[in-house]
Amino acid sequence: MSARDDLKVMSRNDLTKRLVGKLEHDEAVVAGIGNTNFDLLDAGHRPQNFYMLGSMGLAAPIALGVALAQPERNVVALEGDGSILMNLGTLTTIASLAPLNLTVVIWDNGLYQITGMQTTATSTVTDIVAVAAGCGIAQSSWATDEAHFEQLVNNAVSTPGPHFIAARVDEAAATARPERNPVLWKDRFMIGIDAKPAAG
Amino acid sequence: MTWAEQLLQCLKANDVNMAIYVPDEVLTPLINGADSDPDMIAFAASREEEAIGISAGAALGGTRSVVLMQSSGFGNSVNALASLVVPYQLPVVMIIGERGVLGEFNSVQVPISRTIRPSLDALGIPHRTLERLEDVTPTASKVVQQAFQTHSPAVLFINPLLTGGKEDR
Ligand SMILES: Cc1ncc(C[n+]2csc(CCOP(=O)(O)OP(=O)(O)O)c2C)c(N)n1
Repeated sequence: MSARDDLKVMSRNDLTKRLVGKLEHDEAVVAGIGNTNFDLLDAGHRPQNFYMLGSMGLAAPIALGVALAQPERNVVALEGDGSILMNLGTLTTIASLAPLNLTVVIWDNGLYQITGMQTTATSTVTDIVAVAAGCGIAQSSWATDEAHFEQLVNNAVSTPGPHFIAARVDEAAATARPERNPVLWKDRFMIGIDAKPAAG
Repeated sequence: MTWAEQLLQCLKANDVNMAIYVPDEVLTPLINGADSDPDMIAFAASREEEAIGISAGAALGGTRSVVLMQSSGFGNSVNALASLVVPYQLPVVMIIGERGVLGEFNSVQVPISRTIRPSLDALGIPHRTLERLEDVTPTASKVVQQAFQTHSPAVLFINPLLTGGKEDR
């Protein structure tokens, strides 16, 4: 039994669009493997988006690296529950370093959806928000509904972090697909966050 | 200068200002050197693939970093290298303290050490082994410089011939 049991199940695609709608200051978004980055693209490509085509579980570490490199820019990591479970240790690193400009958002569908709908531990026994809080990320919350999610995102991008937000989401298959061209996305992202000039 | 002082100087000369490590005893002088250097931020990651993810993110954000690990940690790194660092062409520089070679006392360190160079070769990641004090600065500067200039990962092995290795105690 976890706090998760009573929470509203929302549309991942809709929540991703609501998240992106709240990003008004060229915040960087690092989106994890599969549905997570497919839906980010579906919300409309932004030059500050990084699409992770492999490296399951590394969205939060990559976002942490970007956040440390660019302390003036807010950075959001988007991960699935299965993906964060692969690398829970990173929550302890984030808590220790406590970057003011980092937010981790978890889409918790209780599944390894894209590989065949196998259940994850969050579907039964593990409360990922309690895990994050236990790792030392004090500002860790479940989104109870869409309006609350938007409020949490507003708070995350306007007050010192680190922040951790989890939402229970549905199992609708994402339809968008980023072009499978890693170097293209790297270059666009680096230009989008001013880590590299657009020409030269 | 010791090997660790030379490496730190060479990293700083190449504008590397972040060291992400999973501790290794023989690398301790380098870790401590980075930790106490006002121009560097140094911190531990919980796992080597995480350290590589952070270094990759730093590179994307325009900051040069280095990952310090023990050779056993290479086993925890492979997918991050194969599905992130190599295909995205990211300059992730790894400094690996070598166990399992030359005077190793613990047999569990040996098998992974045999896989590292063949794996790096298969991934197309260049590597150099530092064994002599006088080679540290010339070799390391060129390796680090090339990694950042060519957007490519690179590995420097810190061999027991350089450090004296780890004693059984
Ligand atoms: C290291 C590694 N192990 C396994 C896989 C296979 N895999 C790809 S996506 C995925 C599931 C991801 O689950 P989650 O993050 O919850 O996202 P969802 O599919 O539920 O949207 C798995 C197991 C992989 N790509 N890499």
